[in-house]
Amino acid sequence: MKKQESVAVDEYVLTLFVTGASPNSVRAIANIKRICELYLAGNYNLEIIDVYQQPLLAEKQQLIALPMLLKSSPLPQTRLIGDMSDTQKVLKGLGKNNETTDGIEENL
Amino acid sequence: MATALSTKKDTKIRLQKSPTGIAGLDEITEGGLPKGRPTLICGEAGAGKTLFGIEFIVKGATQFNEPGVFVAFEEKSDELAANVASLGFDLKKLVQEKKVRLDYVHIERSEIEETGEYDLDGLFIRLGYAIDAIKAKRVVLDTLENLFSSLSNEAILRAELRRLFEWLKTKGVTAIVTGEKGSNQLTRQGLEEYVSDCVILLDHRVQNQISTRRLRVIKYRGSMHGTNEYPFLIDNNGISVLPVTSLTLENKVSSQRVSTGIPSLDNMLGGQGFFKGSSILVSGTAGTGKTSIAAHFANAACMRRERCIYFAFEESPEQIIRNMKSINVNLEKHVKSGLLKFHASRPTLYGLEMHLLVIYKMIQEFKPTTVILDPITNLVTVGTVSDIKSMLMRLIDYLQKEQITVLFTALTLNTIINENTDEGVSSLVDAWLLVRDIEFNGERNRGMYIMKSRGMKHSNQVREFVINDNGLELVDVFLGPEGVLTGSARVAHQLMEKTENALKAFSLNRKDREIERKSSMLEAKISGLRSEFESVKDELNRIYQEEELKQEVLNQNREAMINLRKEKVQQSTKK
Repeated sequence: MKKQESVAVDEYVLTLFVTGASPNSVRAIANIKRICELYLAGNYNLEIIDVYQQPLLAEKQQLIALPMLLKSSPLPQTRLIGDMSDTQKVLKGLGKNNETTDGIEENL
Repeated sequence: MATALSTKKDTKIRLQKSPTGIAGLDEITEGGLPKGRPTLICGEAGAGKTLFGIEFIVKGATQFNEPGVFVAFEEKSDELAANVASLGFDLKKLVQEKKVRLDYVHIERSEIEETGEYDLDGLFIRLGYAIDAIKAKRVVLDTLENLFSSLSNEAILRAELRRLFEWLKTKGVTAIVTGEKGSNQLTRQGLEEYVSDCVILLDHRVQNQISTRRLRVIKYRGSMHGTNEYPFLIDNNGISVLPVTSLTLENKVSSQRVSTGIPSLDNMLGGQGFFKGSSILVSGTAGTGKTSIAAHFANAACMRRERCIYFAFEESPEQIIRNMKSINVNLEKHVKSGLLKFHASRPTLYGLEMHLLVIYKMIQEFKPTTVILDPITNLVTVGTVSDIKSMLMRLIDYLQKEQITVLFTALTLNTIINENTDEGVSSLVDAWLLVRDIEFNGERNRGMYIMKSRGMKHSNQVREFVINDNGLELVDVFLGPEGVLTGSARVAHQLMEKTENALKAFSLNRKDREIERKSSMLEAKISGLRSEFESVKDELNRIYQEEELKQEVLNQNREAMINLRKEKVQQSTKK
């Protein structure tokens, strides 16, 4: 328990719900992977779920718009929908915008 | 199942329909909603859209063996179940029996960040899964446009909704999509009405502080449908739509007659009263005794051991019972014996449609042979004249079908020409009695006449209508040289006639006696003359006899003389 808690404080627990190999899904996977590597390197746990394979999850997780990224940790829980092409908004949703906005612009 | 089979047979000819099970709606739509296609139910907040959807699902599951999925975007499943439990729909049980599936779709705007292109596959997957899980034939989406408030990319949503409708069609489910009414169009997004095959608008209008729900089928691809606005009700049995008129006029008729409870009125109606199952209107100005006539009619029905419902819109039952006691009509004992039922309600209690439904229900429960509505004029406070007319038309239709005799009372105002008022029902009813004031000679009397009475001989006379301790009575008005007389004038005239008669009789008597006297006098004279005549005759006789005697004696003398002479001659010759 203790170990988990200490990890949870700063580790990003992300779940990406996609629908098979639809264009949006493919783009979303590529984008989120890139963003995670860029901004959350080594500090994240990304799980990708194909909702077609687990339709029950759709109801349980209140899925409507897909692809959707669920950030369950750190709190607050947030949901990001879309193909994650708007990096700024993704970072804002992940709660990283304040610290890294400058960094992005530098990187770009 | 039977309906499903029969609709299958008709496939080639007409569109397949999925019955809603909502009372009256399947009549308007000629069978229900288009099977396997989406239907839009739109209306303002509180119009009854959600209930419509729920009823469609529940009736489908319970009556037509068609399981259904209800996707709620607004209410949570538990809330929904609790809300419709009051209508007698046990959603939880149906869910357990896998006949209904509830899915609450919820998006918290604040939790969501849109980061690019997306689609609504999540909704499709959920819905697809739910449909497959219970082999659903019906789907309700309540209210789709909530998505628009949760997600901001309208272009995507519109495209996705279009795709959703297409997808529902390919799934072969009969779908209902509800939508909030927009300001200038049927829905806020102006999208659903174009992609739906059938559009039904629910409306909730308030007129004179009283609300009436109305329903209209705006479009129905490939099918005929009623285009009118139909009033509908939501009560503890769900929705019921009341088609304005039944399409046929094929009610059975009876030639049996029922007494009015007033013998002299029966006499005016060919001696037997009204036809059973007919509708009777009693109209008149205030205080002319309409309620009293109604009470007599009710009393007569109960005396025949028949049931009667009295719908009072003006007075309370106690008030009516008390007032009628004063004219020797005891309604209380009929109430106690269960033959008479009062239902008193203020017209403003609810709208006309609700009144009509209450009347329907009471009639169905109590099964009376006689119904009284007293007075229908008070309903004007709840609706316009044409509303009331359409309501009464439906009521009369229904009652005629059930062979129930109905008596309406209606108040007419002196200022209005009587013949035009009465809520325009005068053409609908079979018999129309008019009670009116006759103001004459400084007093006000009641006159009654029969304006019409279909199919029977009836009196064309105005009768004076008298209410006394023994009840109602119709008196022949006095038709004298001065015209029609009523009230005290009639009585006075009758008295005058009486004295005249007495006087006449008296004078006749005197004349008779005089004549008698004269005749006896003459007779005396005659007998005097006769005795005189007798004496004269006697005298004549005597003279005649004397004369005769004289002659005889004379003759005898002469003969004696002759004989004497002869003897003298012989003597002489001998000599």
